Amino acid sequence: MFTIAEHREETPSIRTIRFRETLAATPAQFVMVWVPGVDEFPMSASFAGHGFGITYQILGEGTKALASKMAGDKIGIRGPYGNGFVLRGTRLLIVGGGAGMAALGPFVEEAVAKGAAVDVVIGARTADEILFEKRSIMAGGRIHISTDDGTKGQRGLATELAASLLSKERYDCIYACGPERMIVGLLKMATESGIPIQASLERLMKCGIGICDSCALDGKHVCKDGPVFSEADLRAMQDLGKTKLDRSGRKVPI
Amino acid sequence: MTHLGVDLCGLKLKNPTMLASGVFDETGRSMLEAAWAGAGAIVTKSVGAQPRHGHPNPCIVELQNGLLNAMGLPNPGIDVYAAEITEAKIGGVPIIGSIFGGDEREIADLASRMQATGVDAVELNLSCPHAKGYGAEIGSTPELVETVCRHAKSACNVPVFAKLTPNTSSISSLAQAAERGGADAVVAINTLKGMVISPAAKMPILGNRVGGLSGPAVRPVGVRSVYEIYEAVKIPVIGVGGIACGNDALEYIMAGARAVQIGTGVWTDGLGVFGKVCRELMQFMDENGYSDISEMVGVAHPARP
Repeated sequence: MFTIAEHREETPSIRTIRFRETLAATPAQFVMVWVPGVDEFPMSASFAGHGFGITYQILGEGTKALASKMAGDKIGIRGPYGNGFVLRGTRLLIVGGGAGMAALGPFVEEAVAKGAAVDVVIGARTADEILFEKRSIMAGGRIHISTDDGTKGQRGLATELAASLLSKERYDCIYACGPERMIVGLLKMATESGIPIQASLERLMKCGIGICDSCALDGKHVCKDGPVFSEADLRAMQDLGKTKLDRSGRKVPI
Repeated sequence: MTHLGVDLCGLKLKNPTMLASGVFDETGRSMLEAAWAGAGAIVTKSVGAQPRHGHPNPCIVELQNGLLNAMGLPNPGIDVYAAEITEAKIGGVPIIGSIFGGDEREIADLASRMQATGVDAVELNLSCPHAKGYGAEIGSTPELVETVCRHAKSACNVPVFAKLTPNTSSISSLAQAAERGGADAVVAINTLKGMVISPAAKMPILGNRVGGLSGPAVRPVGVRSVYEIYEAVKIPVIGVGGIACGNDALEYIMAGARAVQIGTGVWTDGLGVFGKVCRELMQFMDENGYSDISEMVGVAHPARP
């Protein structure tokens, strides 16, 4: 069990928990978070090493229960699991939609620290819900904002903003985390422009260790082969953007 | 010439390793990957008549020498799952359809529907230790095992395997009951009923509180079970429990297993575990003058008449 050091509000629907414990993790690697008596679910490590932390959106019963935890409370953490983003090149386009920035925040810091020039597109529903804008600026990224309702930055989808950047700049690699339709859109653009892409995917997870098959996606397992997949794997996924497995293993539309 | 092929109740396995039920088998594509990785046969996830979500998370606890799981038989129901079996069959290795039910009638109905999906054999899950009303709850007494096997046999023509629980005082009595009921083979063992408590949380970790222990920790129990069953029945025994290398498989084979299943080994070694076990088996056979797996089956027993 890990002890909560700090629990803070990032946006009206997104929180960050920092722990007293240290846990090394690559950006996009995740942990299984156990809220005793309630549920266990995957969360990407938004802060690694000393002051390890997770950043989550309050969506269901589990995250609601997590949101009620305070400094000093203990929750179960196992991991880190999965692969992570791999730095490729020196000109990067990083696109985070909604809570997807949780996995990308630490990657922006790593990429800039290693000398990359980084354009960060942060997409959100509305101005209040923009995640890790300040963190990305502090890290040294060039920030571009899009909101669905136009309350801040460009009105529209993150993919539209990414498309206009792609038409002006040459990038070595695109990094993405967010809604799957956003990832599908970026994959299409990456393919058309001949740029590699790495995208972090999300699926229902039970074991987290590559055996139960709950997070299977065309024979790949998000928990073990992912959560980050590169263009070749992404293009081969017939389920991408279309279907996912529910708790019974039945394929349902996304 | 060393030969790894096995004839199991008429099923032709290119090697004695099988993917155990409940691992890597919710989707046809994943089962296909296991077949391509070298598994000699694939046992599907245990499926029932209706979709079932399984137990709430946490579903798994990682331990030093194994796993404790309480997945709770999640499955989309046999009608939907049939498409996954169709996809798995592309792999070209025998597919064994695992089923669970609440009584002999439900199991007979499922056996017939499972056969209709095109599987090569049916495995009866009489041993899941953590699903109320199913699995071990209808597989713990010889009377129930015999009845269920008889009903399943009467409902299908493909071979029927009975997967038995070690959570009993006499697993060989269960095996004898399965044989009386007409089962073509028995599979031993399913997981051992267990619990892990988090002192910090002051509660069991698993959402279902109770789960099933698998992996290296249970291997001696599995080997002993197969050893006892081999002396008690004439039908083939399939060994399972903590197999991840050639020596592990050899223990089961020498105890009397004709084939082995691998589940938790996929966690420790990935899908490469099937190829690894086969290579190591072949090396042992070369070094010890065996040319066929069947020559090693049961050799750990004192001269059998």
